[in-house]
Amino acid sequence: MSTLGINVQSVDKSFGRGDARTVVLKKTGFVAETGHLTMLIGPSGCGKTTLLSIIAGTLHADGGIIEVLGQRLDQMRGNAIAKFRARNLGFIFQQFNLIPTLSATENVSVPLVIQGLSSTRAERKAREVLEWVGLSDHADFLPAKMSGGQQQRVAIARALVHEPPIILCDEPTSSLDSENGRHVMDLLRQAATQRECLVLVVSHDNRTYRFADHMAEMEDGQIFRTLKTKDEIRTHHPPGV
Amino acid sequence: MIRIGLKMLFGDRGKYVMLISGITFSTLLMAQGMALFCGLMTWTYSSLRNMRAPIWVTDPKVEQCNDSKPMRDTDITRVRSVDGIAWAVPLYQGISMAKLADGSAKMITLIGLDNDTLIGAPTKIIAGRLEDLRMPNTVVLDDLGVERLSEGRERPIGIGDIFEINDREARVVAICKSYRSFTGGPFVFTTYDRAILYAPNQRKMLSFILVAPQPGLSDEALARRIAERTGLGAFTHDEFKWSTVMWYVRNTGIPINIGTIVIIGFIIGAAISGQTFYSFILENTRHFAALRAMGASSGELSAMILSQALIVGVIGYGTGLGLVSFLGNNLLRLGKVPFLMLWQITAIVGAAVMIIVAISAVIGIVRIARLEPAIVFR
Repeated sequence: MSTLGINVQSVDKSFGRGDARTVVLKKTGFVAETGHLTMLIGPSGCGKTTLLSIIAGTLHADGGIIEVLGQRLDQMRGNAIAKFRARNLGFIFQQFNLIPTLSATENVSVPLVIQGLSSTRAERKAREVLEWVGLSDHADFLPAKMSGGQQQRVAIARALVHEPPIILCDEPTSSLDSENGRHVMDLLRQAATQRECLVLVVSHDNRTYRFADHMAEMEDGQIFRTLKTKDEIRTHHPPGV
Repeated sequence: MIRIGLKMLFGDRGKYVMLISGITFSTLLMAQGMALFCGLMTWTYSSLRNMRAPIWVTDPKVEQCNDSKPMRDTDITRVRSVDGIAWAVPLYQGISMAKLADGSAKMITLIGLDNDTLIGAPTKIIAGRLEDLRMPNTVVLDDLGVERLSEGRERPIGIGDIFEINDREARVVAICKSYRSFTGGPFVFTTYDRAILYAPNQRKMLSFILVAPQPGLSDEALARRIAERTGLGAFTHDEFKWSTVMWYVRNTGIPINIGTIVIIGFIIGAAISGQTFYSFILENTRHFAALRAMGASSGELSAMILSQALIVGVIGYGTGLGLVSFLGNNLLRLGKVPFLMLWQITAIVGAAVMIIVAISAVIGIVRIARLEPAIVFR
């Protein structure tokens, strides 16, 4: 059964001051449910990444309500937000952000180490998740020894290892070729359906739209359309277009 | 988290080596400078170390042991009349010239010991017999003297060889070990009476009176008593040592010169380490931001940075001290450069390195504290 995981209402965000002030989000509202892969799409500069950062609690909104898993992130500060993120959020970044001097296993174990698990236990769990993403034979490889697709799968394993209810992905396929991109999206869909996660993917890669259960389209800092079914998505974004 | 931090550091070989090198070089400069200073200071009171007497009685104007303002010979009887004295013997100390067989002359520090007791004689005789000093025209030469006075000879000067001091014959009867003097001249020991014959004649010749207290009386108490009753200067061994050291600190440029080396060492260490560490933090900003986004607290990230800086400090400090010890031991073996590594030096340099490490870590922590974790999404 799906529940409301993210509920954002009337969020404003601007950068800069005076003449240099740029309004990025204008009274933006957005919701996403668990057990689904929700895609946030729109042209560059429309505010997708800013909204994602606010939902992640890594950026403060100027105003509005940000409720994640029933908790008001806009009312939390400092280490409370950090703890909330450590427990409830998994991240997949556009540039992978794997630590180059750590092996795949060690990179994947980082969220568990942040939660206070011993390295031995964290790495044991990390190996299990690496197996799930099909990288058990690369467990001891450094990121530099892996392809972009493999690195992104390590990043997915890192996002899943601590079993967070929400996974936030920022352009997860933009650095990948189509085959690797498809593989990564398959894994994210599986995470949403098999693990009952809320997977929120920010993307402007139309090859990935077919993996979405729900879709929110942004323009000029606002959600202008929400697509709630596969048919609606196919209608507005037909495959191959 | 600390393990992750250390792996990040060790994995960046270039920065890691640079950081270690900065701290090592800084430790080397600071410790070497201080050890040279301490070593040089021990040379200033080498007379005290060579002659070893509990109390040194001097002219009241004397401030340090290389400055002998001669006293009257009768002053020794005045000192002996003070209660509580076990013995009091005369000592001559002066700079003279030793004339070699080839006509060249070398500066020496001539020491005249009490004729009867030879109190103050060197303890390490490496050739010959000290007792032979009672024979006419005889001297004991230290090992530096052998080196200096052998220049131009086919074989090194040894037992039975003769040279001249102020046109008077001096026959070597023993070779001894001694601590090197600040002036650089070798020590030549003879009896007091012979020393005043060798030395250029002056109205007063008694340089120092060496004194020991009777059992049960402290050196300090007897020194105070001698000073009060005779009006002469009286120092215990330690008092005279520190008075000498402080005189050189106050009246020479040595502390400023060596202090400058130490300060430069500190600045270089702080600059190299601070700059390299800052650049390490800058290059890893995205990773720190990612860790922060994944829920690492500011405290955890600070602990990571602190442990990175600390480990670099400890390794660099250890390597630097190892190098200093290696250099120091070799310098000591050569015997030509003063070097004294005290535990206090290691502690002071350790504290200085910790300050450098703290500065570097604080720079990194401030950078990370200002870090917006949202940059990972850009």
